[in-house]
Amino acid sequence: MFVERMFLLFLIICAIGVTVSKRLLVAVTIYIAYSTVMAIVWIILEAPDLAITEAAVGAGITSILFFITLKKIHAMKEMSDKPHDL
Amino acid sequence: MTYNSSDNHESKWEKFFKWVNGEQALDSVWEKELKSKILGKRQKRHKSIEDVIDKINAQSKKIYIFFSIIITVTYIGILLYTAVLLPEHGNELNPTNNEVSQRYVENGVNDTGAVNAVSAMILEYRAFDTFGETVALFASIICVAILLKKDRSNLCPQEEREYIEDEKILNADGNGILKFTSRLIFPIVILYGVYVILNGHISPGGGFSGGAIIGAGLILYSAAYGDKNLKHIVNYNSFSKVVCGCLLVYFFSKGYSFFTGGNHIKSIIPKGTPGNILSGGLILPLNICVGAVVACTIYGFYSYFTKGDI
Amino acid sequence: MIKLITTNYFEMTAIILFGIGFMNILLQDNLIKKFIGLNIMDTAIYLYLVSYGYISNRTAPIIREGNWQYVNPVPSGLVLTGIVVSVSMTAFSLALVQRLYKRYGTLSFDEVIKKLRSGEAQNGSES
Repeated sequence: MFVERMFLLFLIICAIGVTVSKRLLVAVTIYIAYSTVMAIVWIILEAPDLAITEAAVGAGITSILFFITLKKIHAMKEMSDKPHDL
Repeated sequence: MTYNSSDNHESKWEKFFKWVNGEQALDSVWEKELKSKILGKRQKRHKSIEDVIDKINAQSKKIYIFFSIIITVTYIGILLYTAVLLPEHGNELNPTNNEVSQRYVENGVNDTGAVNAVSAMILEYRAFDTFGETVALFASIICVAILLKKDRSNLCPQEEREYIEDEKILNADGNGILKFTSRLIFPIVILYGVYVILNGHISPGGGFSGGAIIGAGLILYSAAYGDKNLKHIVNYNSFSKVVCGCLLVYFFSKGYSFFTGGNHIKSIIPKGTPGNILSGGLILPLNICVGAVVACTIYGFYSYFTKGDI
Repeated sequence: MIKLITTNYFEMTAIILFGIGFMNILLQDNLIKKFIGLNIMDTAIYLYLVSYGYISNRTAPIIREGNWQYVNPVPSGLVLTGIVVSVSMTAFSLALVQRLYKRYGTLSFDEVIKKLRSGEAQNGSES
């Protein structure tokens, strides 16, 4: 019971962290943590198919695509999400 | 499109209908009227027109933020109140646990021969659903290819320079840790992906998760060693052949019942004993088809995002 | 009612996550953060659906002999479909973001709209 609530609280904190973070790289990294904890929550809810898929797709593929996009728009070098800095 | 345009005699309703039909942006009309008004009245003042318009835009932005916060908070409040009144979480007498899921669990093994009820559901009872999902993935890779393929209209020198730099970094003798680790991990990742696909009907997993794992393994190899070695196996020819072939196999093995009728649960392929790897009728080949499509598509995403080609 | 607050916390978390993602889409100026918000909204809806299929003290639907106590397999299958569609949608939208950046040189949604309008006015006056 307690562990479940901690995981759910962590999900909410991660979502708020994505919202308030100033840098795009940090936001994507927090999103990876969010997806990983989401995979654990699927295990708690007895859905192992979803856990495997979420761990491979949410934490793996989606974040890779986000990272490549950030690299493409040179956000990796500037590390700032102000539009005139990019 | 001059500012003292001739469409001043249009009524507000006509403008609104034009905006609804998508022929004209309401904001630009409004801005134009404002500009002409200000031009008429305040020509002698020091304030420029752009300043005034920026000010008004900032004000409307504030109103937008205020209303969006209010609407979202109200909406979430209503939903939270509803969630409190919903039936208890985890109770087996909830109305969601009705005869549909009961039938899937109780008759699934006899009907399909697959032990994993989720696999039996998405690949046998609701196979068209999964076919549509696979086609959605295929449509998405086509859209990405249209948007990001490197050709004359989609070429910028900066990107080209960066790509050459990346190649230089890849070909250098450095990043030994990445190369060594990926050489160690890559076979295990691919093996695990194949295992997840082949055991989709007797254990958790299936085509989608296994395909995503294989795609991630290919991405890892491509990131460490470049695409020179991989190009012999995964190129445009093999990509299109595998994806289209798998989609066609899926369609013909499940779509014949469009013409013959029936619920196509019964097929000529024997079910086998539940729990063995050669069981479940059509589920194993369909899992392999879906896994191949997903792996190719995910590697295709990566390849189009980085190189602009496959 | 207080008892239900302590039991229905999965659903309430899903709704709060949905709200956070919705606010992200409405209020963030940056396009990439908008799409992360969209992904958070997706996962919130999946959490809501799967938490309704859960039945306490039952196991995952891998059927063994002599045991008929399993959770509801229907939401799992539906959500499996949704996850794959969401990744394809994310890839498509990120490709659009890349093209938009190439054309306008910015990730800010307001800047894009401003440049679009001024570009429209220029084209109109030329023609």
